[in-house]
Amino acid sequence: MKLMWFHLMPYTKLPDNFRQRHNSVWVDIPRSLFDPEIGHRLYNEFMDELEYAAAVGFDAVCVNEHHANGYGLMPSPNLIASALARRTSDTALCIMGNSLALYNPPTRIAEEMAMIDCISGGRLIAGFPVGTPMDTCYAYGQNPSQLRQRYHEAHDLVLEAWTRPEPFAFNGRFNQLRYVNIWPHPLQKPHPPIWIPGGGSVETWQWCAAMDYVYCYLSYFGYKAGRETMMGFWREMERLGKDRNPYRAGFLQFVGVAETREEALKLYKEPAEYFYGRCLHVDPRYAMPPGYASEATQRLRITSQVTLAAQRSAVMTQGASWDEIVEKGFVIIGSPDEVAEQLREVAADLNVGHLMLLQQFGNMERDLAAYNTRLFAEQVMPQLRGLFDDEWEDRWWPKPLPKATRAAPQALAQREAAE
Amino acid sequence: MSAPAERSVAVNGVPCRIWEKGNGQPLVYLAGLAGLPRWTPFLDRLAEHRCVIAPSLPGFPGAAGHDTLDTLLDWIAATLDLLEGAGFTGGDLLGASVGGALAAEVAAMAPGLVRRLVLIAPFGLYDAAMPPVDLWGQKPGILPTLLTTQPDTYKAFTAPPEGADANEWPIIQSRANEAAARLLWPLADTRLARRLHRIRCATFVLWGVDDKVLSPRYAERFAQEIAGKTTVRLIPGAGHLADLDAPGACAEAVLAAIQ
Repeated sequence: MKLMWFHLMPYTKLPDNFRQRHNSVWVDIPRSLFDPEIGHRLYNEFMDELEYAAAVGFDAVCVNEHHANGYGLMPSPNLIASALARRTSDTALCIMGNSLALYNPPTRIAEEMAMIDCISGGRLIAGFPVGTPMDTCYAYGQNPSQLRQRYHEAHDLVLEAWTRPEPFAFNGRFNQLRYVNIWPHPLQKPHPPIWIPGGGSVETWQWCAAMDYVYCYLSYFGYKAGRETMMGFWREMERLGKDRNPYRAGFLQFVGVAETREEALKLYKEPAEYFYGRCLHVDPRYAMPPGYASEATQRLRITSQVTLAAQRSAVMTQGASWDEIVEKGFVIIGSPDEVAEQLREVAADLNVGHLMLLQQFGNMERDLAAYNTRLFAEQVMPQLRGLFDDEWEDRWWPKPLPKATRAAPQALAQREAAE
Repeated sequence: MSAPAERSVAVNGVPCRIWEKGNGQPLVYLAGLAGLPRWTPFLDRLAEHRCVIAPSLPGFPGAAGHDTLDTLLDWIAATLDLLEGAGFTGGDLLGASVGGALAAEVAAMAPGLVRRLVLIAPFGLYDAAMPPVDLWGQKPGILPTLLTTQPDTYKAFTAPPEGADANEWPIIQSRANEAAARLLWPLADTRLARRLHRIRCATFVLWGVDDKVLSPRYAERFAQEIAGKTTVRLIPGAGHLADLDAPGACAEAVLAAIQ
């Protein structure tokens, strides 16, 4: 069982009347709501939290990419990951991920991820989402009708750039490069493990199976809402003759742990309401650009309740109440034993070996995020640790250099002063 | 209205429907947003005087194959293939909305081919002072009142035709929407402005006064920049899909212009 600590980096100072006054947290959120001095403090606190999660023993720290988004302050997760590469030593760095179609040329991603893999000594997990409509089609102006075609071509280009031994020309439909020859190339061979965050599309499942990639379902609506999607994924794996290795899958879950359930209910109410109220206030105008969903996916939505639920969950038109957040399992709340028991059930029921935990959410302050993280590491993590490992191997985890041969940051000025 | 005759031609190997009705000199019509889910009163009026030929552009109802068209050049080549397949070897060309943008391109790129050009609220230009509306960033359900002044007519126009597969019909409609977006995303600027001076034929520009998608003031820019003699006519009470809103007035104006 791998326990991974995920940060969205939400802006924590959206006004109380954000839902009433403003149209959307994404795409056309007013520029005036962002204060760079607050941003300065938040980035540093959030990076403190990520470093702390690594220090207390999480298997990985995760960052992701959003644009023009009030709950995701990482247009470039690679910047954060590269800082983490220096400030952590053994923890995997999961970039979940880079939206391949947005970069011109996409070799930029191959280069940056290769840099991070080299800096970190081979600790990188390379996530490649298509990206949400809000990020890709509206904030980044990509043509929704071409997005997936561009995504798949960019994927092929990055993979070739990572693995082909000689410089080559790439004559793609959208990318023409006379010389592809990235320096550096990744430390992990043949390349860092590739994980694909996706919605409930059958085509994505089939592609992950064909490429032997990890499929991640990153929903903000918890294990109860995610169950149907993960069941669909495993049915498809079975149909394709793949084993049920739980490490084929990743799943995102919000968690709030405290000494007692009562205490947890008290502590996490405000940040959860902030997240589900303000952060998910997304205008549905930006949810369904034409061509973003393939015709096969549209057909499935017409005929299947499963994907209808997934579709609805992309946008939250009503803020959720605290009772609903807890009852529906958007956030798993409780004492360490209660949280461990629920997460064991989630992992077993959804058959997920990579649990990505959101323990800072909404406007949660650093001290509470650290408390949530530490208590989890000390009292929940040990109860989940061995799950799956006697039966399954995680073939999709980074393979860093042996610790003894890995470089560590040297504070040269301090060393000189000491000499 | 009797049904038009139907045939099919291949564009890039994908079949595209061609409807034809009426007698007289041919008049080719390239439809706008939503394409032609069914034959319209406007086309019927034209068909009383002309042989109206309505080929479906790739991706619009009756055709697929939009997903292989990546650039404007691909679209222009596909439109020329389609016109050729429809038997258009020169004559009068009429295009509305999305079809108008491509009809203008054809007239600019193959000037000898078009005798008289009629454009109904064509896309293609972008003026920052009056940008085309973001068609694909709208609240769900708003499209009928955005595109037309007669939302009920629009709803009837886009309702599943008799015998259509109820599950497949929404796919066909969203495909048309995707095809338009494929050509026009994100700003609906096809850089047509750079080629308007190459349109040398007599041109007639028709615009709904109540067009909420493209300001009728774009008509003046077409008139200024097209090299051929260009006449503008505004249609009161009509929106972006002017020939759907005011079929009689539009048909009369078109027939008078191409006499």
